[in-house]
Amino acid sequence: MPDLADILIYIVTKGLAQTLLMTVLGLLIGFVLGIILALMRVYAGKELNWLASGYEKIFRGIPILVLIYIFAFGVPELFWYVDPLQRPLASIIFALGLRSGAYQSQIFRGAILSVNPGQIEAARALGMSGLQTFRHVVLPQALRLAMPSWSNEYSVVIKDSSFAYAVGIVELTRAAYNFSYAFRGFWTVSIGVLAILYFLLTYPITKLFGEHQTKKLKKLGMGGG
Amino acid sequence: MWKSYEDLQVLKGVSFELAEKEVKVIFGPSGSGKSTLLRCINMLNPPDKGEIFLHGKNITASGVNLNEIRTRIGMVFQHFNLFAHLKAIDNVSIGLRRVKGFSKEEAREKALEALERVKMAEWADHYPAQLSGGQQQRVGIARALSMEPDIILFDEPTSALDPELIGEVLQVMLDIAKAGTTMVVVTHEMGFAKAVATEMIFLSEGAVIERGTPKHFFMKPESERVRKFLKQLEVLYGTHEQMIDLLEEEEK
Repeated sequence: MPDLADILIYIVTKGLAQTLLMTVLGLLIGFVLGIILALMRVYAGKELNWLASGYEKIFRGIPILVLIYIFAFGVPELFWYVDPLQRPLASIIFALGLRSGAYQSQIFRGAILSVNPGQIEAARALGMSGLQTFRHVVLPQALRLAMPSWSNEYSVVIKDSSFAYAVGIVELTRAAYNFSYAFRGFWTVSIGVLAILYFLLTYPITKLFGEHQTKKLKKLGMGGG
Repeated sequence: MWKSYEDLQVLKGVSFELAEKEVKVIFGPSGSGKSTLLRCINMLNPPDKGEIFLHGKNITASGVNLNEIRTRIGMVFQHFNLFAHLKAIDNVSIGLRRVKGFSKEEAREKALEALERVKMAEWADHYPAQLSGGQQQRVGIARALSMEPDIILFDEPTSALDPELIGEVLQVMLDIAKAGTTMVVVTHEMGFAKAVATEMIFLSEGAVIERGTPKHFFMKPESERVRKFLKQLEVLYGTHEQMIDLLEEEEK
């Protein structure tokens, strides 16, 4: 009879690496995309702004599972350069990343806009160019301001990576499922262990970058008071 | 200089000259265009019409490198506008490092000198939020000073401060004025104006109503508008007798 430790070890060894890989890459793609989209929304002209805002609306309006199906079965040609065995993984990373980009764009846009305009004026008055002002005054503060919402986005992506089970990737959720399938009668326990595992993966991060960072920002008087 | 925001004409042909080491005090009721005037001078908010010359060079002409021009025109803000994520020392050195291209050590050394001048050197490692308003404003002044500009513009530097903090900022401003800094100061601190202004300009509704030395303004101002305004300032900062006078006037 398996005990709790067996269940935990099984789930972690079979699934943790995949879950973290999808989460990290998804967040990374979303970060690059989110920054670009946010810049378009804040600084670019009407057309680019419209484009970015349209992108956000579309990707926020489609369920993640549907996105995964689209990338996995709808447009598999998108991943012609990827080893066929790895294509499902690529498609879910893509889906998580593209959707996270839409949310991260909103996070960064809000953060950029909440940098005090007086400081931007002060930077320009010192003789900084627009780019220097962004690089040395706006961006460092925007990244700090974005952290609490960003940690929330991390917890969304890591949890949504569980949808990867739908295209046959063995990650935490699939591992727990497989385990309970092999040991009938352990369904509740193994899914319970899985739930606690997700909680342990998200709570410390949101605590650290969410609550802790919010307090720190308040101390620095950042974000328009 | 002329400047409008949509329908609102903020500056209607304001013109003056500023010689080296001069301290010009600009005052007048709110909405008279004082802050706009300063923002025109360093081209943060270029005038619609009119020209600005800095050492004979027309900075309103097209093709002028405004970033370079702005390194020569310092600015001190009403709300300090310190960079919240940087310590006092880095607030001062960032311009030297990023704009003037000083090395880290050089910039730090010069920034410390500037902080020394405003008596803030011992607070160098504090973040703006850890400083009082008066201290923040002194750092703001050090930030402008450190760039060694030709002129420093002050936009109501004490009007956001609690009364007990105004003195320390005015003292620093007096010190640098006496050291020969060329300054344009928008302020209602008439004590400061009396002490160091070479000329005072009264601005109302975007136009110069009256100009002259402090002596002229406090002895025999010409226009009724100026007299009334000065009296109101005295009521705010002055004695009760004057407040009573004004109340009696209103009753008549």
